[in-house]
Amino acid sequence: MAIPVYATPLERAWTWAYRIGCGLIFLFLIAPILIIIPLSFNAEPYFTFTDAMLSFDPAGYSMRWYETLLTFGMNRPDAPGGAAWWADVWHNAAWVQAAKNSIIIGVSATLLATLLGTIAALGLSRPEMPFRRTIMAVLISPMIVPVIITATGLYFFYSATGLANSYAGIILAHATLGIPFVIITVTATLVGFDHSLTRAAMNLGASPPRVFFRIIMPLILPGVVSGALFAFVTSFDEVVVVLFVAAHDQQTIPRQMWNGIREQISPAILAAATLLVIFSIILLTTVELLRRRSERLRGIKQS
Amino acid sequence: MPEARTAAPLRTADGVPLKTALARAQRRAKWRAAGLVLPLLLFILASFVIPIGQMLFRSVSNDEFSSHMPHMVAWFAENGDAEPDDAAWEALVLDLRQAREDRTIGLIGTRVNYELSGTRSLFTSTARKAEDMEPPYREALLDADEDWADPELWGVMRRASSPYTDAFYLAAVDRTRDATGSVEMVDENRQVYVAIFWRTLVLSVTIALLCLLLGYPIAHLLATLPMRYSNLLMILVLLPFWTSLLVRTTSWMVLLQSQGVVNDVLVWIGIIGEDGRIQMMYNQAGTVIAMTHILLPFMILPLYSVMRTIPPSYARAARSLGATSWTTFRRIYLPQTVPGMGAGILLVFILAVGYYITPALVGGTTGTLISNLIAFHMQESHNWSLAAALAGILLAAVLLLYWLYDRLVGIDNMKLG
Repeated sequence: MAIPVYATPLERAWTWAYRIGCGLIFLFLIAPILIIIPLSFNAEPYFTFTDAMLSFDPAGYSMRWYETLLTFGMNRPDAPGGAAWWADVWHNAAWVQAAKNSIIIGVSATLLATLLGTIAALGLSRPEMPFRRTIMAVLISPMIVPVIITATGLYFFYSATGLANSYAGIILAHATLGIPFVIITVTATLVGFDHSLTRAAMNLGASPPRVFFRIIMPLILPGVVSGALFAFVTSFDEVVVVLFVAAHDQQTIPRQMWNGIREQISPAILAAATLLVIFSIILLTTVELLRRRSERLRGIKQS
Repeated sequence: MPEARTAAPLRTADGVPLKTALARAQRRAKWRAAGLVLPLLLFILASFVIPIGQMLFRSVSNDEFSSHMPHMVAWFAENGDAEPDDAAWEALVLDLRQAREDRTIGLIGTRVNYELSGTRSLFTSTARKAEDMEPPYREALLDADEDWADPELWGVMRRASSPYTDAFYLAAVDRTRDATGSVEMVDENRQVYVAIFWRTLVLSVTIALLCLLLGYPIAHLLATLPMRYSNLLMILVLLPFWTSLLVRTTSWMVLLQSQGVVNDVLVWIGIIGEDGRIQMMYNQAGTVIAMTHILLPFMILPLYSVMRTIPPSYARAARSLGATSWTTFRRIYLPQTVPGMGAGILLVFILAVGYYITPALVGGTTGTLISNLIAFHMQESHNWSLAAALAGILLAAVLLLYWLYDRLVGIDNMKLG
């Protein structure tokens, strides 16, 4: 956006002010996320930069909070390293248990949401679908309705049906919360889907399953995968439902962070947060690559 | 013979009239589409719609008293608004005895206590004595506790004897019924909910407007830059979007606390003194700052997708016709971005009114929203029906906004990243 030659001095000044303003807003967006990365290497139990850190003194930095992440909750954290120590980490460390739970719940909920959501999106994107708008509104609503309301409803429902304190209950709830994302991303890839491709395939004698797996699936796959990633992130970041319906020993990573922030706040939270930021950078890159692939597949050119 | 050809209906190869065959094929396609959607629809019904419906039912359901005090319910049904007579006192004693035996007296007392505080112990203590009570029951009960003669208590019990009630919705808007049953405000010092609903509204509007203020220039910049730069800058918008909510809230806690980075920087620059550190967290400022940051991508993305479609030639045409840059912006560019602004404001507002985690962590007592109150009644005071009523009101508001969003923007146009 170059400044046009006919711009008056006032307009030039304004353009520069605008650019600086945008820069500040970008700083506002990104700085809070990046600031926790150096702070997680703090040698002191503070949440701010110590003098040693500011003068880049190596003594001001340490990995102790990452160690805490690994050892917190272990039976014998001081035992000498080796297989027994790692087994202790695997079976007892609180954050490792939370990560295991989060992954089990996240993966199951994602599979369920992606399967049901993709099939439904195929139906929803057909022009002959009856009550399309209404049904779409109902299916998207778990994303719009505040999670606290969903959690309250599920609390009563699960205590009546015996799903409370179970993995199944959390997985079903998280799948429900993830479904709108799958619907949105998959229907978006199906917009402008060339139905003559499927007709041509059927015309050439392909059976419906073959049409689906050989023609439709490769074309919508980027949408399906990014929908699945959204669903996974939704589950991986969800704490309200877990607080309401999970048992006390069913810790997940966000719940562990929630407890950590509310009770025994220590920079170990920042270490966990840093790992999660790295995780989200990986996810973002994947989704971005998928989006470009999808656009390429569908013949949309980048301007 | 052209006449004969037009008279005979067109038929498919197997002799079915074309119209019928088409209708049949159309119907089959419809069913096939519906069949694909059906499993998910049933799933959402079972895991989402029914639980919420059940919660709404709880907010008007009132069976703690009515299902455990059968004699009283029968007496109220017969006598309506009448003064309690001997039969009423006897019914009360019989029910208290039975409730103590069934261990339901606590439930009953808690239910009456919602509307008339201090009555839970009245019920439990009288029920202990009810076993040995002899007629005349009126005197026996008044002996046990003078409060049983209180007409207000009888008014509450009368209302509690119906299986449905509006008491929780009234309580959720700081209203109650007096002894005669007419609606009035609760005491000044016990009015909390209307103020918090109001605060939720004001803070959500503030957050939505702040997001617009910050999001508009960014969206404009992204929409007008060449693709290769804007894609890079887009990452700065999308990374917060993909980062865990708890991580973002944590980092704001780190930044905003009184020994935190922002205060340190301000002290270092010399804007404030060491003793003048600003309290930016555990109050409304904390909630507004953190939530503006968290919801900003939801404003930028819809604005961006609208701004990308605005041809730059319109602004150039306006400039070449003599408009100043301000006029061009105000008369040409701004009106075309209204749909994006509407979508963004609505989306941010909808998400903000129901926010729970961020206000709970950085809001302190003055920056909490209605969701935090729902959680409080669910987890700490255990007044579940009131929580359900508050949730019902919030849900109604959100669904209204959702409907508006669908009418104005269309949920098909919702985009993610």
